[in-house]
Amino acid sequence: MTEETFGTPQTVFVEEIGEERQEERPWQKLLDSLYKDKSALFGVLILFGVVFAALLAPVLAPMNPHEQLLERALRPPLSTHGEHFFILGTDHLGRDYLSRLIYGARVSLMVGFFAVLLTGSIGLLIGLISGYFGGKIDFIFMRIVDLVLSFPFILLALATIAIVGPSLTDLILVMSMRIWVNYARVVRGEVLSLREQEFVQAARSIGSSHARILFFHILPNVLAPVIIIASLYLGRMIIIEAGLSFLGLGVPPPTPTWGGLLSEGKVHLYTAWWVVTLPGLAITVTVLGANLVGDWLRNVLDPRMKTL
Amino acid sequence: MGGYVVKRLIQAIFLLKLVMIIVFLLLHMTGDPVTVMLDTDATLEDIARLKKLMGLDQPLWVQYSRFFMNALHGNFGESIEHGEPAMGLVLEHFPATIEMAVGAFAFAAIIGIPFGCLAAFKEGSVYDKSCIGVTVLIQAIPDFWLAIMFIMFFSVFLGVLPSYGRGGWSHFVMPAFVASTYHLARLARLMRSQMLEVMRQDYITTARSKGLNEKIILMVHALKNSAIPIVTVLGLDLGILLGGTVIIEVVFAWPGVGRLVVESISTRDFPVVQAAVFLLASGFVLINLAVDLLYAVLDPRISYS
Repeated sequence: MTEETFGTPQTVFVEEIGEERQEERPWQKLLDSLYKDKSALFGVLILFGVVFAALLAPVLAPMNPHEQLLERALRPPLSTHGEHFFILGTDHLGRDYLSRLIYGARVSLMVGFFAVLLTGSIGLLIGLISGYFGGKIDFIFMRIVDLVLSFPFILLALATIAIVGPSLTDLILVMSMRIWVNYARVVRGEVLSLREQEFVQAARSIGSSHARILFFHILPNVLAPVIIIASLYLGRMIIIEAGLSFLGLGVPPPTPTWGGLLSEGKVHLYTAWWVVTLPGLAITVTVLGANLVGDWLRNVLDPRMKTL
Repeated sequence: MGGYVVKRLIQAIFLLKLVMIIVFLLLHMTGDPVTVMLDTDATLEDIARLKKLMGLDQPLWVQYSRFFMNALHGNFGESIEHGEPAMGLVLEHFPATIEMAVGAFAFAAIIGIPFGCLAAFKEGSVYDKSCIGVTVLIQAIPDFWLAIMFIMFFSVFLGVLPSYGRGGWSHFVMPAFVASTYHLARLARLMRSQMLEVMRQDYITTARSKGLNEKIILMVHALKNSAIPIVTVLGLDLGILLGGTVIIEVVFAWPGVGRLVVESISTRDFPVVQAAVFLLASGFVLINLAVDLLYAVLDPRISYS
């Protein structure tokens, strides 16, 4: 804020010559900052790469990830068997490891993306309603939030999945049970201060309905924190999904998932380093990309949210 | 202050009651526990008899009030697998979990806080930048994978640390450190940003202009005032560690509550799961309560209404 009011020489210069600068769009601001922020660029590239690999898995994967052949089990990376060449080796059933890793990206990204979308929408809606209307509704929602926060989440997720049985949709639902709370609290806090502002009172005085005020006037102003939290939680979601898969509570085999690959590989820890190292590396790189993008969005959109 | 304490206490009790209801419903979602307990060749009469014996033919609220009274006496039924009282079994595994949680907590605090402070003092330096880089990287690593990598390096390659089980220090170091990494990194980052925030305040400038020793300013003025949010995060971390080291316990075959829960889930031993969830959730609620009260003591500006 202070920077804009005083204006560094550079911004003054840009404002003088750039007519289009007047209607500055948020994405323009984002793109500009991406040039300066090397780590953000790195994160964006990683995420694009992983999404690209997941979408084009059938084209990119050198082999069918389900094709087993026991006689070529646990081949190290850069080895051959027959006419096949295994860049990252094979697993304990002789399946091509690179192909399994590429296909594994699909589950991780899908679970991460939908869980973030679901938690973001629920949290946003509840935060909006709770903050705007206050009173009894607010009280009830906030007690629910307290309750969710007072539960050890992993245990609850474990117990629930053990009961309903593992599947992709249940996995997303269970992971969402806890995280929507973080959105709801932040959005509620923002709405509490927004609803007292003049533009909201003005809208109210000309007779706008509550729904109109909420969705046309308040919602656009709380989107930034929601986007920030979403990007910061994408990585957490991917790690949680991998953890549940690792415990055998994720998407059931033979679908390759990174957590599942790790848990299959764990047994061969002593003989085959690649089957335990590579899936974890894939998770780490992806989550790193997501976190870097999250940090970048936060720094650009709302530097106040540093403690998240 | 007194009113605030009472209010928070009542809130905590209310939460514990809700926790109980959820734990109770959890068992009901599993369907019929009777079908798990009996052999597949049990007749319909057998099932009906056992149901009557266990009171499962009663309405839900009657079952709940009995569950509630039993739970108040620490009675969560018997473990289907081990034939012992479920709560007793969970309590047997509790010390191991506490040991690991407290150990991880100590690692996070002892390493994370000084590193974060140092980074803030030397803002913009190579040390600061590498500190940020390392914490960002650590937060991206799934801890259960790190656990496997540690086992591969320290147990298989170097052969200096045991890879599983509980015993002396050598058993304890690896699991506790691995469990602490995420919290360690988050704490260091938070400490750094908090410290930078405090250093910009007017009273630091005042202290400097008085000609106070820079070390005293840092140690007394800055550190003390950045402690409040750190205490909150520390408290939450302890709660999370208590209930969240499940996967680490499994990887290191650490005989704690988390591993017991995973085993009980695979044998569908739900009384044990219930007792464990209840115990850890209660611990979590109580720690949160303690943090809130401590917060009120540390920060006199907080409103007690």
